[in-house]
Amino acid sequence: MDKEIFVCRCEDITLAQIKELISQGHRTIDEIKRVSRAGMGPCQGRTCRMLIAQELAKAYGVNVEEVLMPSFRPPVKPIKLGLLAGGE
Amino acid sequence: MQKTSSIVIIGGGVMGCALAYQLARRGVKDIVVLEKEYLTSGATGRCGAGVRQQWATETNCLLAKESVRMFENMNEELGYSKDIEFKQKGYLLLAYTDAQWNQFKKNVKLQQSLGIPVEMVDPQGAKDIVPHLNIEGLIGATYCGTDGHANPFHVTYAYAEAARKLGVKIETYTEVIGFEVEKGKVKKVKTNKGDIYAPIVVNCAGAHSGEIAKMVGEEIPVYPERHQALVTEPVESMQDPMVISFHHHIYCQQVPHGSFVMGMGDPNEPTSFNQKSSWQFLEEVAQKVVNILPPLKDIRVVRQWAGLYDMSPDANPIIDELVRVKGFYTVAGFSGHGFMVAPITGVMVAQMILGEQTVLPVKPFGIDRFSRGEYLLEHSVV
Ligand SMILES: Cc1cc2nc3c(=O)[nH]c(=O)nc-3n(C[C@H](O)[C@H](O)[C@H](O)COP(=O)(O)OP(=O)(O)OC[C@H]3O[C@@H](n4cnc5c(N)ncnc54)[C@H](O)[C@@H]3O)c2cc1C
Ligand code: FES
Repeated sequence: MDKEIFVCRCEDITLAQIKELISQGHRTIDEIKRVSRAGMGPCQGRTCRMLIAQELAKAYGVNVEEVLMPSFRPPVKPIKLGLLAGGE
Repeated sequence: MQKTSSIVIIGGGVMGCALAYQLARRGVKDIVVLEKEYLTSGATGRCGAGVRQQWATETNCLLAKESVRMFENMNEELGYSKDIEFKQKGYLLLAYTDAQWNQFKKNVKLQQSLGIPVEMVDPQGAKDIVPHLNIEGLIGATYCGTDGHANPFHVTYAYAEAARKLGVKIETYTEVIGFEVEKGKVKKVKTNKGDIYAPIVVNCAGAHSGEIAKMVGEEIPVYPERHQALVTEPVESMQDPMVISFHHHIYCQQVPHGSFVMGMGDPNEPTSFNQKSSWQFLEEVAQKVVNILPPLKDIRVVRQWAGLYDMSPDANPIIDELVRVKGFYTVAGFSGHGFMVAPITGVMVAQMILGEQTVLPVKPFGIDRFSRGEYLLEHSVV
């Protein structure tokens, strides 16, 4: 069942994979992002970050707010390199 | 946490984990790795993860060449359950001035004499390798097909897993806050989770290793310096090698996932622990990369980040025991190339600590080289 639930749609990461990573001892969203790419897709985790936080909160018995949020970095929306270069 | 150990390694980056494995493999028991956050939370998890053998000094050429051999067999050697994703798609180094081209000629002679398969190409030859390269102003380039990159998270986890299997304890979220030194020898490591006895301590704390040395009252010339990078959305595979222009202080590669990763060195970056991303970086790197690789203008940036180089006065590491605190080793100062040389450095440091003959000489990396003025100056850095 968990194998069919996609937590991170951009990077094709399932709930089963997230649970597996948590059981291997990964404790934060940042750690999960680095090993699995969950949250690194085009939407930059807007869809999946909360879901991963909930899983971590459940596993460690803490509030979702206590689960460390990864740092938000610019750009908030994908921008073309050409636009940044001022060429267009 | 355990109260005693034979060796404490500070830092859960690629260096600390590689060293822990190499020591354990040589039969050392009771090794403890202390990491203040999680594995790869330092420079290792923020690096470009490029692996190149095209250097200007013999020491760096050899460290990189031996490490490439180790990356090639790493999954098997470490019995890793996943994949370190080592891909050898080459590095293309661009020369835009006569001075640079002359330096490249010397470098290639040296590299070839050491058995590194590198070749010199004219602008058209460079374009054959990277078809979307803008060759305006280009004088020539050098290319090595066995250069490449690996996944820094997986390399570190591969070493950590293999080390754990051999009994190494890895304590994450454990911060070193001080030491006890007795009669000029290190005795105890103090952490936020309690003290641990250790006759040998290895400082692999990257950009923070200067701070760690201060805790035993010593100064080592290792400084933090911010370096930034960005990644684009994944697109179809179009560029095999990493492209570097020292003239523009820029590197750019397409990773297997399809994203382009690029970064830039800023010669005016001050020494500081600042790890914030800047808007200026985005604009500058975009201008340069769109000029060198024009079709990239239509690809979207999805994320940027920054990390700290562990700089030393000659951009090369210090691998040495402290003179006044016996048993306390420094393995830091790798600047922008600590990831690629970590595999062989792990072997050399383990051998040095155990008093064995080292595969490559460690002496050139002694800390007294600075006071003697024998800098290992390396020109080929971004
Ligand atoms: C943007 C960028 C791009 C780069 N690109 C490349 C590249 O393409 N190729 C390459 O080879 N290299 C590259 N590098 C350099 C490379 O990342 C580093 O040289 C290498 O990762 C250093 O590894 P390390 O294990 O020595 O240090 P780190 O990975 O920094 O590990 C040190 C660890 O020590 C921990 N620590 C610090 N203080 C304490 C304390 N008091 N107690 C406990 N733990 C502590 C930190 O949390 C950290 O995890 C790049 C670096 C950056 C920033
Ligand atoms: S859903 Fe995870 S990054 Fe978009």
